This record gives sequence, C-alpha cells and structure tokens, in this order.
Amino acid sequence: MDDSITLKGIKQGLLVTMKPEGRWPDLTARLVAQIDAQSAFFRGARVALAVGPREVRRHELANLLKLLSARDVSVLAVLSEDAATIGSARKLGLKTSLTELELEPPDSSFEALAELPPPIDPEEHGTGGVLIKRTLRNGRVVRSDGHVVVLGDVNAGAVIVARGDVIVWGRLRGTVHAGAGGDESAVVCALNLAPTQLRIASYITISPDDSRRKARPEMALVRNGRIEAEAWEP
Amino acid sequence: MTARVITITSGKGGVGKTTATANIAVALASLGKKVVCVDADIGLRNLDVVMGLENRIVYDLVDVVEGRCKLRQAMVKDKRVADLYLLPAAQTRDKTAISPQDMVSLTGQLRADFEFILIDSPAGIEWGFRNALAPADEVIVVTNPEVSAVRDADRIIGLIEADPRRLPTSLLLNRIKPEMIRRGDMLSVNDVLEILSTRLLGVVPEDEHILISSNRGTPLALDSERTPAGDAFLNVARRLMGEKVPLIQLERKDGWFSRLTRIFGSSK
Ligand SMILES: Nc1ncnc2c1ncn2[C@@H]1O[C@H](COP(=O)(O)OP(=O)(O)OP(=O)(O)O)[C@@H](O)[C@H]1O
Ligand SMILES: [Mg+2]
Repeated sequence: MDDSITLKGIKQGLLVTMKPEGRWPDLTARLVAQIDAQSAFFRGARVALAVGPREVRRHELANLLKLLSARDVSVLAVLSEDAATIGSARKLGLKTSLTELELEPPDSSFEALAELPPPIDPEEHGTGGVLIKRTLRNGRVVRSDGHVVVLGDVNAGAVIVARGDVIVWGRLRGTVHAGAGGDESAVVCALNLAPTQLRIASYITISPDDSRRKARPEMALVRNGRIEAEAWEP
Repeated sequence: MTARVITITSGKGGVGKTTATANIAVALASLGKKVVCVDADIGLRNLDVVMGLENRIVYDLVDVVEGRCKLRQAMVKDKRVADLYLLPAAQTRDKTAISPQDMVSLTGQLRADFEFILIDSPAGIEWGFRNALAPADEVIVVTNPEVSAVRDADRIIGLIEADPRRLPTSLLLNRIKPEMIRRGDMLSVNDVLEILSTRLLGVVPEDEHILISSNRGTPLALDSERTPAGDAFLNVARRLMGEKVPLIQLERKDGWFSRLTRIFGSSK
C-alpha cells in the first residue's frame, strides 16, 4: 500500500497528511485519484492539509484547491513548517494552524456534535468549471475537471468532455461527455438537445433522428440504468 | 493608399473560391478600385485560367520569393480593366515552397499601391491555408448549401476565431438553387446562417454562365450581358466597398428573404 497520503478524522473534518517526499504533482494526482475512487465518502468533506516541510507555491496550492473544490471538498487549513508554503496558504485565505481546530479524533457522541455546531459560512462555494461565451465550432474541443457552460451553440464536430455537468445555452449538436470521471449524477442540459453523441459516465446514447420535433430545453440524465431526457426548466 | 488584404477560403474544395476571387476582383476593378489577386494555390494554380490571363504569365509567386525576378515582373496586368493585376501561383512546385512570412512580406510590398489584395486560398486547413491566412486583414469563407461544405466552413471559421488577430470574417454562400430550397432538398440560407452564425456577405445563385465565363476566361463583370451570378458578385464588391446593398431576391414565397435581410442588416 502506498502511504504517501494518510487520512485521519479530526473534529472539524479530515486531516490529510502528504509525505514530504515525492513530486508535488504526483502527490496531488494521487490524492485526487483517491478522492475520485471514494467520491461518496469525500463529498462535502472539509479537510486540513498537512504538507510538512515542503515548499508549495501559491499557484500549485491554488490548483489543488480547484481540483478539490470540483470534487466538493473544501480546504480549511494548510499546515506546514515551510515559510513560503505558509505564505501561499495565507494569500489564498487559508488558516495555517489548527490551534482553534485542535487535532482531536472526532467525538462520535451526538452531545459532542451538538456542543460544537459548525460555524455558519455565508459563502456559497459552488464548484469550478469553464465558461465559453461563443459558438463552439467543428473541430474545437473543451475539457474540464469541473463543469462546462457554453453561451452559444455547440456545432456538429465540436467535443466537450467534463467531469461535471454540461450546460449549453443554445443548440447542442456536437459530441458531449458529462461525468467523464464516472459520476453518474452528472447531467447535460441544452436549449435544444440534439447531440451527435451524448455520454454520461459510462452510458452512451445518440439523438433520435426527429429533427422535425419542436425544440425545447431538455436535460439528459442517467435513470433506470440508461440515459433519459426530460424537460429542462431552468 | 493602403490595401485591405482579403483572403478567400473554404476548407472544402471546389465550392467556388477561385470563381469568387476572379469575379469579385474584376467587379471591384470595374468599379474603379485598384486590385491585385494573388493565387496562393501553389501547384494547382487556376485563377489565371478563370481570369483568362494564363498565356501572359512569365514569372510566378515562387520566382519572386526565391529571388529569380522582381515582384513587379511577376505581376500580370489585365488589360480589359483599368487597375487589375494577377500574381500567379507556381504550377510545378508544392505549397512548402513559400512560407506564411513570405506571404506577409509580399503583400506588404503591394499594400501601398493597391486598394484591394485578394488572396485565393487552396482547399484544406494545412500549409497552403496558413500561407493564405497569414497576411489577411479580413476573410471571406465560401461555402455551398450542402452539409459537408457547411461543416468545413464551420471548421475554418473556428480556426480563424482561434487566431489572436480576430480577423473579421464573412460568409459567401455560393450555388444556391431557389427551387431546390423550396422543395426542401437543399439547406436554405437561414439553415446555413443558423449553423454558422457569421455575417453574410452575399448569396450567389447556381448559374451556368459561370461555367461558360470560366472556360472563356472572361469573369462575369467584364460581360455586358447581365447574369444572376454576375449581379451577385457585383453586389458583393459593392458591399466590400462599404455600400449597403440588399441581397438579391432569389425567392419571395415563404418569407425567408425578409428574415435574411434582417440578419444581414443587423449583424456586423
Ligand atoms: N455559382 C456557380 N454556378 C455554377 N457553377 C459554379 C458556381 N460557382 C462555382 N461553379 C463551378 O464549380 C467548380 C469549382 O469552382 P472553383 O474552381 O471556383 O472552386 P474552388 O473552391 O476554387 O476549388 P478548389 O478548392 O479546387 O480550388 C467550377 O467548375 C465552377 O465553374
Ligand atoms: Mg481554386
């Protein structure tokens, strides 16, 4: 078993300890893979990242935060002995010590939970994605670790691959894959849903050839083991 | 004077780029503009044939680039109109004989002496297309009312949009047959515009006069006889000069024409 990343429950959520050895990109990829493999367990998790004496630059940390937030994992604090890493974390608005979030194992009793209600957070964190503000033409490809939103048409021959949802405020005629990391709860919405091919997670469908049908906003989702389309009332 | 360099391209072959370049060039020249056409289809030149200037070629584009002659020596003057020249392509070389940078410096030398430099691009999205696009200030994408031609036009427009120069791009829809559209056998002008969402520069009908004029080497604007395609190309030339010319009314019946003028009038 690979022990470069260890998890531990703490009162406020999860303590993720990342070993100081190894390349940062490898380590973060491993963490993301681990989260994807147990996405139900991690969804909504709040974590503290302990990175030891490693120097983590601000953009590296920001990238990781983006990857985690796309998976609905929020980071409370970054713990490090490295001054540059602490600086990076501060610049991104993160806590750098857990003095107020003591490293204690979670108390499983309800009383203990009731004593410490989670702080009310007015920020709506949402999840990351890509916004395209024009027609996506034949031959163009968009890939995203989060969602993809297109304000315009997606023409035949264009390709969208998203780990999250795909929303098209226009005609969708190209090829689209939502939930490309395996998330079967991902959806595809369009004002006119007529893709060449549509995939959600590992399900595939093609548009019925009924071009005469009146176009209406539709949402495609996985239901009863197949992809179905229903009216989309945004 | 500083010329506008307009590249005429399409993605798909055989949709009418060369026909459009020749006819628009002659129309512009007949309206008093100083025009030069550049045939960028190295190895498959035929703009000279369509313009009827084949037998006057001495040097070509590659000769200029490789220093065998001066630029002016390679330019063929069309004696039928005041200020029209052709810079022919080489017939015996391939597209890699010139580079995008060569095209930029070549047109750079011509800019001061002309008002319009029209570049006839080869089909495809490779080297030849890149050569033709490099010096462009504007692009005209030619297409036909046919699914595959429209797909390729979409691909080309996508590539042009991805270019950081943000070149203004307009669409020339060639070989429209109103009767077929009425029967539902052909993509209508609106169908095409709906897919491509690009400014429409003109609609040219299918017209057998094109074939006759190409074979004779007499672009339509040189003909005293009025023809549907000749009128359409003349209108395109006027629009390039900034005049507001309504689209030729090809059909009145089901009202697509009124929609068309609205689209044309409101975009840009
Ligand atoms: N409006 C028209 N009506 C009838 N025939 C046309 C029309 N436009 C073009 N054609 C014919 O279509 C053929 C192809 O035209 P042209 O050579 O201009 O296309 P092209 O796009 O330059 O082709 P290539 O990609 O090979 O360079 C020619 O035979 C031409 O006469
Ligand atoms: Mg040609």
